Amino acid sequence: MASTASKSPRLLTWFATSMIIFWLMIAIGPFVWTVWGSFKVQGDFFSKADWRNAIYGVYTLAETGGNFTGNGYFGAWIQEEFWRNVLNTSIVVVFTVVISLTLGTLGGYALARSGYRYAFWLLIAALVFRAMPHITLVSGYLLPFFEWNVWGRLSTTIVVLVAINQPFTLWMLHSFFLNIPKDMDESAMVDGCTRFQAFRHVIIPVMWPGVITTGLFSFLLAYNDFAITSMLLSSENQTMVPKIASFLTQIREQGNVMFAVSAVVSAMVPLFFLVLFFQRQIVSGLTAGAVKG
Amino acid sequence: MPHGTFARFIWPSFLAMILFIALPIVSVAMQSFFVEHEQVMREVENCGPFKCTTVLQVDLEATEALKADAPLGRYNGLGTYTNRGHLAFDEVSEIWAGADSFGNFIAGVYNLPFYKALFFTLAYTFVVTPLVIVFGLLIALGVNRLPRVTKGPTIFASLLPMIVTPLIGGLILFWMVDADGIIGATLQIIFDDPDLSLKASAPLTWIMLMVYGVWHSTPFAFVVFYAGLQTVPSDTLEAAKIDGASRFQQVRYVIVPYMMPLLVFITLMQLMDNFRVLEPIVSFSAEAKARSLSWIIYNDLSGQDKLFGSAAATSMLTILGVAILLTPVLIKTWRDFNRRAV
Repeated sequence: MASTASKSPRLLTWFATSMIIFWLMIAIGPFVWTVWGSFKVQGDFFSKADWRNAIYGVYTLAETGGNFTGNGYFGAWIQEEFWRNVLNTSIVVVFTVVISLTLGTLGGYALARSGYRYAFWLLIAALVFRAMPHITLVSGYLLPFFEWNVWGRLSTTIVVLVAINQPFTLWMLHSFFLNIPKDMDESAMVDGCTRFQAFRHVIIPVMWPGVITTGLFSFLLAYNDFAITSMLLSSENQTMVPKIASFLTQIREQGNVMFAVSAVVSAMVPLFFLVLFFQRQIVSGLTAGAVKG
Repeated sequence: MPHGTFARFIWPSFLAMILFIALPIVSVAMQSFFVEHEQVMREVENCGPFKCTTVLQVDLEATEALKADAPLGRYNGLGTYTNRGHLAFDEVSEIWAGADSFGNFIAGVYNLPFYKALFFTLAYTFVVTPLVIVFGLLIALGVNRLPRVTKGPTIFASLLPMIVTPLIGGLILFWMVDADGIIGATLQIIFDDPDLSLKASAPLTWIMLMVYGVWHSTPFAFVVFYAGLQTVPSDTLEAAKIDGASRFQQVRYVIVPYMMPLLVFITLMQLMDNFRVLEPIVSFSAEAKARSLSWIIYNDLSGQDKLFGSAAATSMLTILGVAILLTPVLIKTWRDFNRRAV
């Protein structure tokens, strides 16, 4: 008994550590591999003969004279005008985040402070809306949007993304506002503020941590969306993700896989920095819904 | 908060949800009862040098006019729901009549497009969700034992698969398992089969998509569990240790019950998200072997001729599926709420 008690922790530590190392390899390995490979030529990145070619860049050296090449990036950004899609994504993401946070803070504040039953039902309705697969909503939008002639515009997509973002934003901000003591705005109202003034002068100064966290998730939703942006945007207004998807069909015809690889890596970079700088907010945001929801 | 103030604060958000989530569902329901116009045919006399023949031709102008006049198409009632592409009542009863065993019947039904997609979607949802929970818990327990300095970088690395755009994450994995990619090529060498392709076989495609799903969603479960682990009261754990609980028993009888609410939360989120699986199928180009409900809708809508009626009917059936998935949770919330109110 004594021997097992002293032995098992070491075995367990060994097991746990190797499991984590294994997980880290799975989690981050594909990204490292793709980022490295995006600076090689296709013959190296998709090397049937020897996978080590992708590391040393045998064909890259033979074809371009250097160990690394930016040809994929040049092709994607300049030749295929990927910068336009980057620009579109920035527009869509910035407007979506700003508008959904504005609507969401107002709504979330009201939901947190209302003691009535309908506030609860509204939150439940938001949860149900959150569960709707986005593509089913898209099939509801398309025909009316064609009829009203608003299909394909960035502004339409922004409005739709804001609306789809609302259920989540409301839930999250509602739980953040519940954490701000009621006494704060109520004492301001005792001093003669209206509800809106109390919100403006008392709540807004202290709400930023919650708003930033929620904003991160709104950003991710708008940035990562495929179903809506691919169906609602015309080809000249495409954002990055649908453009990458359309690269894929192009590849089948012309065979420039490295363009797509470079575009994919380019689209990954902002997310990488997002996690780097806002790791704590992301973790707290993911758990806020769980702990209070 | 008085009703008036509440309304003033909530209306923009409420309006957005009504206009772009609730009304589209109504619009989908409407569209599902209609089907595309048939092309207007016209008899045209074709006179050659010897004789005249009458042929049927598509009257493009009249067809366009009809479309502009009634963009919804023509009324079809429940026809779209029951046709071969959806619930396929006729085909199912035919298969039922013709099948000599239950297995035969299932195999026959499985060949119908809607049921095939439904089967894949359910399989994906109910395989990925439990695996995500198990792996997430294991990784959280493992990371919790790590020394403090390594925790931050580990969490950073673990978050990446979840944060990265699903389509992009799918592509990155796809390029690795593709026949010329590092994993695909290595597998070919290991099994000594130069034609081995994960894409060519249905079971392997399914496994590949599910592996992607687990890879993508495990970080979410991990983070939630990891945060939960920080709040497990240490005196309860100590008491369990003093009572002689082994490490496994500590996890099984103290940690897991304590994290039950988190588990329910993760399950709910995962069921919702996995049921709508679409991006991995696009990025793995797996549509030949695996189609989900979302993918059929996407496919109906992205063609040159958009099949609004068909997409809408599938959408309605998908929404019904989501509703069935959510019912237990909603009933539980309703009960909890009533208990609190009493």
